[in-house]
Amino acid sequence: MTTATEIEVVDLAVTTRRELNQRLHDARDGGPRSWRIVNPNGAHALAVGIDAELDVVIDGHTGYYAAGMNKHANVTINGNAGVGVGENIMSGRIHITGNASQACAATGRGGLVVVDGDASARCGISMKGVEIVVKGDIGHMSAFMAQSGTLVVCGDAGDALGDSIYETHIYVRGSVAGLGADCIEKDLKDFHREELGRLLEAAGADAKVDDFRRYGSARQLYTFNIDNAGAY
Amino acid sequence: MSDFDPTGQNGTNWHPGLRESYIFDRNTIAEIRRAASQGIYDIRGFGAKRKLPHFDDLLFLGASMSRYPLEGYRERCGTEVTLGTRFAKKPIHLKIPITIAGMSFGALSGQAKEALGRGATMAGTSTTTGDGGMTEEERGHSEILVYQLLPSRYGMNPDDLRRADAIEVVVGQGAKPGGGGMLLGQKISDRVAEMRNLPKGIDQRSACRHPDWTGPDDLEIKIEEIREITDWEKPIYIKIGASRPYYDTQLAVKAGADVIVLDGMQGGTAATQDVFIEHVGLPTLACIRQAVTALQELGMHREVQLIVSGGIRNGADVAKALALGADAVSIGVAAMIALGDNDPAYADEYAKIGSAAGFYDDWHEGKDPTGISTQDPELAKRLDPEQGGRRLNNFLKTLTLETQTLARAAGKSHVHNLEPEDLVALTIESAAMAQVPLAGTDWIPGQSRDGF
Repeated sequence: MTTATEIEVVDLAVTTRRELNQRLHDARDGGPRSWRIVNPNGAHALAVGIDAELDVVIDGHTGYYAAGMNKHANVTINGNAGVGVGENIMSGRIHITGNASQACAATGRGGLVVVDGDASARCGISMKGVEIVVKGDIGHMSAFMAQSGTLVVCGDAGDALGDSIYETHIYVRGSVAGLGADCIEKDLKDFHREELGRLLEAAGADAKVDDFRRYGSARQLYTFNIDNAGAY
Repeated sequence: MSDFDPTGQNGTNWHPGLRESYIFDRNTIAEIRRAASQGIYDIRGFGAKRKLPHFDDLLFLGASMSRYPLEGYRERCGTEVTLGTRFAKKPIHLKIPITIAGMSFGALSGQAKEALGRGATMAGTSTTTGDGGMTEEERGHSEILVYQLLPSRYGMNPDDLRRADAIEVVVGQGAKPGGGGMLLGQKISDRVAEMRNLPKGIDQRSACRHPDWTGPDDLEIKIEEIREITDWEKPIYIKIGASRPYYDTQLAVKAGADVIVLDGMQGGTAATQDVFIEHVGLPTLACIRQAVTALQELGMHREVQLIVSGGIRNGADVAKALALGADAVSIGVAAMIALGDNDPAYADEYAKIGSAAGFYDDWHEGKDPTGISTQDPELAKRLDPEQGGRRLNNFLKTLTLETQTLARAAGKSHVHNLEPEDLVALTIESAAMAQVPLAGTDWIPGQSRDGF
């Protein structure tokens, strides 16, 4: 029996994913607060649906949807993460020390997702309030139909960044291969400097606010107009 | 609506020599004129309005010398159905094989969603959320609620996943297989905007693809995630628009579905381009046997349940869908009409907005005089959720009684015992689509003739 201050170690070489996730869900009602998961071996849907203030460290690479729909927990993946890491995150923090595959933090509604490496295509797709900091590059179609929240990219961004964006704030330090429909470069105002500075600090990113450029919605496609048909 | 009638029976303008073109009829001419004026396609609600092969093209044979019927007012004819027996710890038990299809808060008023929940609960069946998240009205008034996971993920959250009774992954819908959606700005109230994390008053687009999976292999993993989040308790449905039902059904089984919802092209929509509604997909009649064959070949018929929707209007439609192999049906447009949509009592108000009771389909404009497909609080107040719920319950009871009537006449002690052998087709097309014999023959187009 572990106490709340001890680290609960779960070895996925001997414990099933189902048992792991069930125990993490049951932790809503008490039990260990700190968890270390070893031998993930790229398994899918690890540590999904947590609804408690837990510290969860996964030592190794994860498959699809790691820490999906996270609420309150602080999840660290010491490795690379597969498709949809942190999808629909509600709150808490997810830190990927390696690279993230496609659709990182897709549809996320809150919380913070930090990627130390690169994130692939569609990073922050349809994001709805989550804050994402990628210390490396991001792939094409990132922040597609992004509704709200903030995406910070310390490296370069791929093509069609922010296509059909709504109210998400995007900051990119490096180059942008191309902007998507209705996404334009905007002024970096004091509010944005403060927001960007706060996120860089929270993510532990070694970057200067003034090196970034801001992108957002031109708001020209918010209401369908046939004269804009060529823009879609 | 014009009083011009080329038959001359009701109108006053027709005279010999006036001949209407078959291909350039008045609707076609009006649409060309409208398009030339506005420069944009027509968007509307409702489902396909063109004449399509449908359940009306099938007949039940009934019992006779070789089969005996069941007594209509005495002998039991079961209607209950269990959904989600494949993987879910907590399958759904319905009293009737008719469910309420997904319709969003946003497309419908809160009162309408509440009324659907009330009516479905009274009848012992389920209702379904839509592309706007779960509202308290429908959760509170729906004993069994199916929560849709849509490409937009508007309002999606793990708490609502856990308090749902089943989860429906929407891949497509019959009115627009391959299409996304658009909730026009005039229907975006403060509440709708808040639920969808978007500014008030702007058009809200719903994506046509899911953001975090592509294809059935990914979907299989996505479903694993949902099951893990909900501790494998909830049945997982996959809803597909009818386009390639044989392959889509097999892929849905492979992806791990407990239940497949197959929506034919007559299925309703809140707002879609008319050209999409009328020209994409398969008629409901044409897809059921393909889906059932796919399930049978996998040994999954009745193990993975099949819900069919798209143009279900009466107990005959229900019974025929079940006879072709469905486990249940789902209704959307008919449920709205049962609540009061297209009510002739509002004839004057329909006229003011350029429509008429029986024809109204501009559900996307938010001006619905009946208070159903609107977010206007003054209009929405017109729908009494309790009364609407009672009307829906009455309708569902009627459908069930009609279904039982036909099943008993075919000698079936449960509606699921209906089978294709109980049916014949009135047309060659419907015989081919439903794979039942043309009436008076032993001929099923595409099959060899082995005699009676």
